[in-house]
Amino acid sequence: MLPTLNGRIQTRVFLLAVVGSIWTLLITPVLPTGTTLAASYGATFSVLVVTLVLGVLWEFVYHGIQQFRWEKDWPTLFGLLTGIPEGLLVWFLFAGGVTWIGSLPGAAFVIHFASTWLIVWLVANGPMRVPFIHWRINGGRLI
Amino acid sequence: MSERTISPQHAPAPAQPGDLTDALVATDVWTDQMLAEAGIPIVDVPFVTVGGGIGSFVTVDYLRICGVPTSAMRVLTPLRTPWESYEYLTTVSQIPRGERLRSDSSSCPDNIWGFPSYAIREALQGNVKQAWNVLVEPIFANYYTPKAGHAFESMEKEMHRIRYPEMVVHGQVRMVRRRAGGGYFTILTPPEGATPTRRIAYRSQWVHIAVGYPGLKFLPDLQRYRTEHNDYSKVVNAYERHEHVYERLHQRPGTILIRGGGIVASRVLQRLIDDRDARGLQTQIVHLFRTYVDKPHGTGILKRRKGADGWAYQGFNYPKSVWGGQLKQQVRNSEGAERKRLYEEMGGTNTPVRRDWQEQLRRGRAEGWYRVMIGKIDEMEPVGDLVEVTVTTPDQGRHVGTFDAVIDCTGLEADIREHRLLADLLDHSNAQRNPVGRLDVQRDFEVTGTRNGGKMYASGSATLGGPFPGVDTFFGLQIAAQEIADDLIRAGFAQKLGPGRSTSQWWKWVRNKQI
Repeated sequence: MLPTLNGRIQTRVFLLAVVGSIWTLLITPVLPTGTTLAASYGATFSVLVVTLVLGVLWEFVYHGIQQFRWEKDWPTLFGLLTGIPEGLLVWFLFAGGVTWIGSLPGAAFVIHFASTWLIVWLVANGPMRVPFIHWRINGGRLI
Repeated sequence: MSERTISPQHAPAPAQPGDLTDALVATDVWTDQMLAEAGIPIVDVPFVTVGGGIGSFVTVDYLRICGVPTSAMRVLTPLRTPWESYEYLTTVSQIPRGERLRSDSSSCPDNIWGFPSYAIREALQGNVKQAWNVLVEPIFANYYTPKAGHAFESMEKEMHRIRYPEMVVHGQVRMVRRRAGGGYFTILTPPEGATPTRRIAYRSQWVHIAVGYPGLKFLPDLQRYRTEHNDYSKVVNAYERHEHVYERLHQRPGTILIRGGGIVASRVLQRLIDDRDARGLQTQIVHLFRTYVDKPHGTGILKRRKGADGWAYQGFNYPKSVWGGQLKQQVRNSEGAERKRLYEEMGGTNTPVRRDWQEQLRRGRAEGWYRVMIGKIDEMEPVGDLVEVTVTTPDQGRHVGTFDAVIDCTGLEADIREHRLLADLLDHSNAQRNPVGRLDVQRDFEVTGTRNGGKMYASGSATLGGPFPGVDTFFGLQIAAQEIADDLIRAGFAQKLGPGRSTSQWWKWVRNKQI
């Protein structure tokens, strides 16, 4: 991808809010949460919101790293692998009780977070260009 | 009227009626009456694109997808297919259909969305390795690039899907002039005998100029050698046909001097070494670099391009983000000297890192048949069957060597004035030059200074130096097409390509449904 800082943030917010939400709606009922559906949705959407909010901060870090690249690009693989530190941070926040909601069981968290990350990454690397024809030449900006 | 009817008697026996008159050639803005008097028939069409290469093709493709009917556009071209000229250049510079171009996976002139990209299409056809390649590039693999043949075949499919041939009119465009009362006249010279008149005028509100490279410019020493010795076979430019050089090496061992540090030098070296390996040839190669890059270089820690062994390394012909990211935005917001500086920072000859090339040159260095020199050619002289070349090096004075052939791999482009149509725009239509001397265009690719009721646009190599840097590339031509289409959408000529239309049109593309 060839993002600008503004484009990164817009893409992050849009994809997690739209693609992430649809996926979370679909997958939550089958996650091994061991609690009621309402509580499960509360937990998974909390994960999504925390990932989104922290993600905006992460984008500043990635933008900084990108400045050391001659091409000023963001390789496809980076977009996938950054899910690891981001996922770990979100997990520690939940497990450490920093957030407002109780923790998810580890397995449920991993399935939810990893699958959401993967789908968002896949959409960003191709299908996103289909409805949004200007998106890729505008550094990932939608507006 | 009477003046015109008698004028043929005074003119030097025109072969055909309906030709340009001195009055027309000398007049900047034409009236309909002037053309009628010259007997040049007028064809009305809202949009004309001149050139008919890949630049015209992707622009028309975009507009067709935006709902413009074939009847509203004409492509004026001497080419049989949009890729004819491009394929000629890639073939002679040693990228035949089976070899890979230097172009990103998602720069697809047949698909405005760039999805599915070439690599994914190859993967869907069973070559899954290519999908892995685009996943891990450029960290764990060299950049994926499509085969030339893949690009041409997919363009051919798209050409029929959008009914491109219905819009093509063959001939040479002589000039575009502004029309009194608005719009433009584009003067086409059809093939001899194809029409009753020598010229046809296309009267349109919009004109798009995409005539490709204005021409090839040879270095003075090469030109001098050719003029003085009338020898076109031992000293060649890689953008010309030079198959005879390789064929001669098949007959007898020889030493070749290569000049240049770009992609063409890389490809020519590969050809020489492939032939050496496949046929057991004894070819010796001397490679002359004018600028020898031995390490990463640039203007600061945040602007450092890789380099080694003489070469500057870069995946594509610009840093990648000119096609959509930071650099695109930065240049777009720059003007004049600042823009020129940005172009200089990212400029300089470079070539991609490819493992097979690295391996070949490493082997050549180790075995002694590939040697590198740094310097400039001073003189070339034919000596019997060979060429004697004098090179001035920066630290070791002059060197003289004899070679079976010199392959000049520098690709200098001629001034835009070398192209008759572009020269005419500068002289008669108030077109301007940009900070790097090419045709000045606005952000929407309108040719600065030429507005006349409608608009004149230009894309491709002639516009290098403008607010968007990657103009002479597949994706660059599509980005220009998008800017032009957006402007024409604002003018009401085409329909908006919002998420709904874009998705439905993409689905038609997937099904190869003719539009």
